[in-house]
Amino acid sequence: MERIVLPQIENFNQIEVYLANGGFESAKKTFAKTPDQIVDEVKKSGLRGRGGAAFSAGLKWSFMPKTTDKPKYLCINGDESEPGSFKDRQIFEDNPFQLIEGAIITCYAIGAKVAYLYIRGEYNKWIKLMQKAVDEAYARGFVGEKMKETFGIDFSCDLFIHKGAGAYICGEESSLMNSIEGLRGYPRVKPPFPAQRGLWGCPTTINNVETITNVPAIMKNGWEWFSKIGAPKHPGTILFGVSGHVNKPGVYELPSGVLLTDLIFNVAGGVRGNKRIKCVIPGGSSMPPLRGDQLEGVRMDAESLKEVGSAIGTGGVMVMDEDTNLLKVLIRIAHFYHHESCGQCTPCREGTGWMEKTLRRIDEGNGTSADLDLLISVANNIEGNTICALGDAAAWPVKFMIARFRDEFEKYVNKNISIPVPNKVHSMRGTAIPLTEIQK
Amino acid sequence: MIFKFTEENIKRIETARKKYPTALAAVMDTIYIAQEQNGFISNEVMEEIASVLGIDKVNVLSVVTFYTMYHTKPMGKYHVQVCTNVSCMLRGAYEIWDGVKDKLGLDHMKVSPDGKYSLEEVECMGACGYAPMIAVNEDYFENLNKEKVFEILDSLK
Repeated sequence: MERIVLPQIENFNQIEVYLANGGFESAKKTFAKTPDQIVDEVKKSGLRGRGGAAFSAGLKWSFMPKTTDKPKYLCINGDESEPGSFKDRQIFEDNPFQLIEGAIITCYAIGAKVAYLYIRGEYNKWIKLMQKAVDEAYARGFVGEKMKETFGIDFSCDLFIHKGAGAYICGEESSLMNSIEGLRGYPRVKPPFPAQRGLWGCPTTINNVETITNVPAIMKNGWEWFSKIGAPKHPGTILFGVSGHVNKPGVYELPSGVLLTDLIFNVAGGVRGNKRIKCVIPGGSSMPPLRGDQLEGVRMDAESLKEVGSAIGTGGVMVMDEDTNLLKVLIRIAHFYHHESCGQCTPCREGTGWMEKTLRRIDEGNGTSADLDLLISVANNIEGNTICALGDAAAWPVKFMIARFRDEFEKYVNKNISIPVPNKVHSMRGTAIPLTEIQK
Repeated sequence: MIFKFTEENIKRIETARKKYPTALAAVMDTIYIAQEQNGFISNEVMEEIASVLGIDKVNVLSVVTFYTMYHTKPMGKYHVQVCTNVSCMLRGAYEIWDGVKDKLGLDHMKVSPDGKYSLEEVECMGACGYAPMIAVNEDYFENLNKEKVFEILDSLK
């Protein structure tokens, strides 16, 4: 089985071992080509972003303007705050040098002089590991001014680590740029896209850590080799983070297009206590969940998951067995998005709060069937009406969880709307003022 | 109370400053350094950060209040963070959360009177495959159950 991002070589995170296994060879090979050739090869390889949107990496690079007086930047997104996603830390831990090599190749291809690696603040241990690796790469002349001598080219770039401080929203690309600039992590309106006006108003490309780590392997083995791995429309391997009610949770690198059932039952050791599966979220908490009886034949790549009404996201597979209370799960997800909404757009700031409150009302036993429709309508009003994709991310789980598990949610609510008082407006508002007070 | 950066920390701020073309971009690193030295970010600390970087205090304030890892109040010596997000929740995080709350006698974002512990219910920490987890200050503890969590809490001196 092909392993690209996390090869199973002992001590691969040591620079000697990495160099002994052909480390930085593909960078040397690549620097003989022109940047255009590299962008073209990555485009032809079919490498798609691993951060959630699965957008073609080569195409993204080709948006960078060729002639500009402004400096260009590369941002590598290691914010990784999506619940269910924990793959990037495995790269920081086991394969930091391939990430660095990918970063310098990408910088060369897009003409960036500086790359920022954004890592979430909670990952203190991994930031230290990564900083150590970057320092070593600097000392050996693979990054920085000394690159010119090491590789014998007229190009050099710097790689800096930027530590986040605990904001989910900073995984969104424009918000990540604001965070690097030292501002609040508010997403920006697009267009202009980062390739035109990004970091400090200069052309910028933002890629996920896993995407960048794939680049040296593509350069080494050629785009034909890469495009033949896994699903043709979404080639390569994907890091799947399996969590929840499985026997062997963890990060697994598998070719894209692997069967979801294969992933859960053979790779991750099946469900705890041999229970049946009620629900699977295939790509991190913001992606639409799948029913347990829907899983047969589902393949894990962007196109196949789209067909069954979900998305690949970050490849964080969350498995829930038959005893799971989906209402509690949905409340937790809604609470998460309420907490993490940056507060910039009204539909998301208010809507996420109301979704959580409505769900809690159902949990307290005061919900009606109409509340379920209300939740879907609130979700529909958030989706597509916000600056960034967090609005959609907050709306999808609520909307699809209720739509696909309506039978289960109907059990948690009262069938009939009972309004105990004549003043309908107040009772439906759930006002905090006792009715006796109002009636006085 | 007047806050001044130590000389060593001033050097660290200068190193951080060199990473970016603008002084404002170094504000996040500088707040971390200040928090390490002072324990939390008070009004005086924000003034000092602003004057060291040559930026407006409002820029510091806006960043401090946006990100959850900066504290504007003193936290305990051991800041216990329990993740209760979905992956952890499926594997029993709420038992741990309730247990820790009872054991420490604290609630979310509260500090014990002796200043030893503080407690926070955190969002996903990126340890979903090793759930449930807690973090004490900056260290992760993974694959836990209630007993193991209590052992960890007892070992904190």
